[in-house]
Amino acid sequence: MNEVVVTGLGAVTPLGIGAATLHERWAAGVSGIEDGEGACRDFVASDHFSVKQARRADRFAQLVLVAAQEALADAGWEDELPYAATEIGAIVGTGIGGIGTIEANDRALFEQGPKHVSPLAVPLMMGNAGAAAVSMRHGLRGPSYGVVSACAAGTHAIGSAMRAIQYGDATAVLAGGTEASLTPLSRAAFVAVDALSPTGISRPFDLRRDGFVMGEGAGVLVLESGEAARARGARILAVLRGYGATSDAHHITAPPSDGSGAARAITRALADADITPDQLVYVNAHGTSTPINDRAETAALKSALGDRAYKLPISSTKSAIGHLLGAAGAVEAVATILALRNRTIPPTLGLEEPDPELDLDYVPLVSRELVVEDGQLLAAISNSFGFGGHNAVLCLEAT
Amino acid sequence: MADTSIEHIQKVITESLVTFGADPDAISRDAQLEALDVDSLDLAELSQIIEEQFGVELTSNDVAEIKTVGDAIDMVAERAK
Repeated sequence: MNEVVVTGLGAVTPLGIGAATLHERWAAGVSGIEDGEGACRDFVASDHFSVKQARRADRFAQLVLVAAQEALADAGWEDELPYAATEIGAIVGTGIGGIGTIEANDRALFEQGPKHVSPLAVPLMMGNAGAAAVSMRHGLRGPSYGVVSACAAGTHAIGSAMRAIQYGDATAVLAGGTEASLTPLSRAAFVAVDALSPTGISRPFDLRRDGFVMGEGAGVLVLESGEAARARGARILAVLRGYGATSDAHHITAPPSDGSGAARAITRALADADITPDQLVYVNAHGTSTPINDRAETAALKSALGDRAYKLPISSTKSAIGHLLGAAGAVEAVATILALRNRTIPPTLGLEEPDPELDLDYVPLVSRELVVEDGQLLAAISNSFGFGGHNAVLCLEAT
Repeated sequence: MADTSIEHIQKVITESLVTFGADPDAISRDAQLEALDVDSLDLAELSQIIEEQFGVELTSNDVAEIKTVGDAIDMVAERAK
């Protein structure tokens, strides 16, 4: 099967525009969360789009377009596509899609009537709009579609893209996730299901953690067939070595307390990567800061990785930017690759009062140098779990 | 009663096209909608605005006949009489 490599990274997050900005600010201990939310305050649509382009894309599609542009430039694709357009795809996950568009049109419907619903409502709100936007902007004519699996969508999108390249359905894919759900309905709905932190503080694995902080943003990876990328002399950032996806079939919003579904996803990703737990040097946790996730994820890591779980640095990107829902897995894959490449494990911010039941090394508060022995792989896993019992794990090796 | 003077119709249509992202300097009676990058979705929005402002309902067949800005203005003016 074709090896799959990562040649470009892009991100728009509450820490700013750009993948490097995400890594640098998070590693420096900066939080992008303000007033209990992780908004992309540095993102202004008119900086990136014409009036027409901006009107034709919900914010969730705008965010992924900007991340994709960065990733594509990072891969050296800015001037021209390196492969036939028919061999390049776009697979983009989202938890919700264009909820801002849905809410605005719902208001128009009830306040003014059905004739005031916009002809742009459907193309802006559909969950596949992010993938469609990336495909159209860059003329990508290979497979493109959206992936919807709540907070695991970004990771599933990258895993699906990996499979497409391995199988030969595409030579390269722009893969990622995007979300722009800081809206009144979305906030109220997540409060109603008791998922959001009432204190507005993201502190994964801390004893006082009380829910997640919602964020928005997008992350994109340029994935290419390793053979094709090497033939074109591409700079290879990482190898996407493995992918594992499972389901809990347990409860719509809660994982089983033993994290068994998540553990199976980790085990499958490692087997797919042909890597043993001892070869891992980092875990980018799902780490939502909800009482139940952080407990179940800790159990999953112990059961999947055995003793190695106690020796690995584990940190949560959500401590710095909040929970980006369907974008989380993609942004966290970007963060994982940059942590490995920079030999710096960014910390779990806000983790000041350890939970005695959670006894792994969550790299509290301060970054840590990643010291790698000669011959040791720079390999990590990135976990994502979603409402619905969806578990997806990537295994990445930086080069 | 809505103002259905040709001047007002022209003003509403021009403003709508600018809102859609057309270059204001390129808009004239003779300007082709295609050259202004006005597509079928823009025309669907324009139809909504025209119905709301002037009470004129344009069918998709009507809209298909509109090629220039002037075509749109004239069609609305004719129907609004």
